[in-house]
Amino acid sequence: MSSLAVSDDHADTSTPAKVIQPTWVRVLHWTNAVAMVLMIMSGWQIYNASPLFNFTFSSSITLGSWLGGALLWHFAAMWLLMVNGLIYLVLGFITGRFRRKLLPITPGGVISDAKAALTLKLSHGDLSKYNSVQKLLYAGIIVVGIVIVLSGLSMWKPVQLYWLSALFGGYDIARYVHFTCMALIVAFLVIHVALAVLVPKSLRAMIIGR
Amino acid sequence: MGRLRKLLIPGVDKSLLVRDAVKAMPDPTRRRFITTGASLGALTLLSGCDVIDSSSAEELLKKVSKFNDAVQAWMFNPDALAPTFPESMITKPFPFNAYYDLDDAPEIAGADWKLEVRGLVENKKPWMLDELYKLPQVKQVTRHICVEGWSAIGSWTGTPLRDFLKLVGADTRAKYVWFQCGDKDGYNSPLDMRTALHPQTQMTFKFADEILPRAYGFPMKIRVPTKLGFKNPKYVLSMEVTNDYKGGYWEDQGYNSFSGS
Repeated sequence: MSSLAVSDDHADTSTPAKVIQPTWVRVLHWTNAVAMVLMIMSGWQIYNASPLFNFTFSSSITLGSWLGGALLWHFAAMWLLMVNGLIYLVLGFITGRFRRKLLPITPGGVISDAKAALTLKLSHGDLSKYNSVQKLLYAGIIVVGIVIVLSGLSMWKPVQLYWLSALFGGYDIARYVHFTCMALIVAFLVIHVALAVLVPKSLRAMIIGR
Repeated sequence: MGRLRKLLIPGVDKSLLVRDAVKAMPDPTRRRFITTGASLGALTLLSGCDVIDSSSAEELLKKVSKFNDAVQAWMFNPDALAPTFPESMITKPFPFNAYYDLDDAPEIAGADWKLEVRGLVENKKPWMLDELYKLPQVKQVTRHICVEGWSAIGSWTGTPLRDFLKLVGADTRAKYVWFQCGDKDGYNSPLDMRTALHPQTQMTFKFADEILPRAYGFPMKIRVPTKLGFKNPKYVLSMEVTNDYKGGYWEDQGYNSFSGS
């Protein structure tokens, strides 16, 4: 916890040993990565039992090998995802990390940074400061993460949590919401991983902190 | 290998023989949850210990599923009613769904059928269909949610199970009502007592105001709108009030036992 305060408070002093990603962020990030991959791969297998669209996922990329196995994975990994996500949200708010790192997000900033990124002129000098596109994507994916958990809960408990189910327009519509959130997370994941590979020091910062 | 060769019949195409043998085998993937190397690697990270063989992964998953049973029992509110719908929203045609084709669905003669009542009940007399038809009935239009993800709204009419349990003097402090059914390969399923006593849990005799058709479980199904579809027994032959967990057709294969909605 102390490493967080140190790193974020001194974000603008650029010493070589500066902590870019504090320990708690790294631990929660990689735990989330594992949980997300388990949820997505088992979720694809569950989807295959009753597809919403005119396609199914290849069994080479699904987890659980049949519906029953996939459900066991999904309802086990959900605890990891939810507990980890909850800790992340609480710490993100009380440490002020969300406010400091993700705000403000302005349309003008997003457009100019998006242009700079597409023309390969975006600076990666200070990894502790997010550009506007990063802010938008990171804030957006947190919201998507919350919606995918809530829509999942509403499908798991459409009677006990009928109010949550009703919020999504009923069980049937919640399935589409849940699927859409998954698609957004997968799209995010593709861009996120591609950019981390393009800027290797950002990947290093998420592993060793510096 | 030599012994195997001796078993082969001369003049029979070996590959055809193998194909027939494979066909006769039970679906091997059914009980195997883990196949990909990626999943094993992920589990190693997940549990922080070296999970090499898939059976220990399965054991872990089964433990979490038991934990989920407890969580769901804790979440279960005996007064929370499943949403009901206007008749105009009934799904037509309502899907037939089972682990066998409609042609293989039990064909039960109503006149010969009787419901056996066993276990912790005062009156174990079997019930004929016309006796059951005389009990007070109520109708519900609720959503049937399948474990596969699809759902359909149907209209079911019958006697609340809790009224029947009272009538036969069941010990409602017991843990389960265990149903045995006429499906091929012997479908059975345990229902926790609190769900059995839920006001919408019903001994169903009619679908859409008509005598329950064969496709939906004639002569009697148990409609449980607070459970997934696979925990709604059809073609019921007997019910047993018991404190023992006797397992179930799907539950034993890995579906979560509580599977509450």
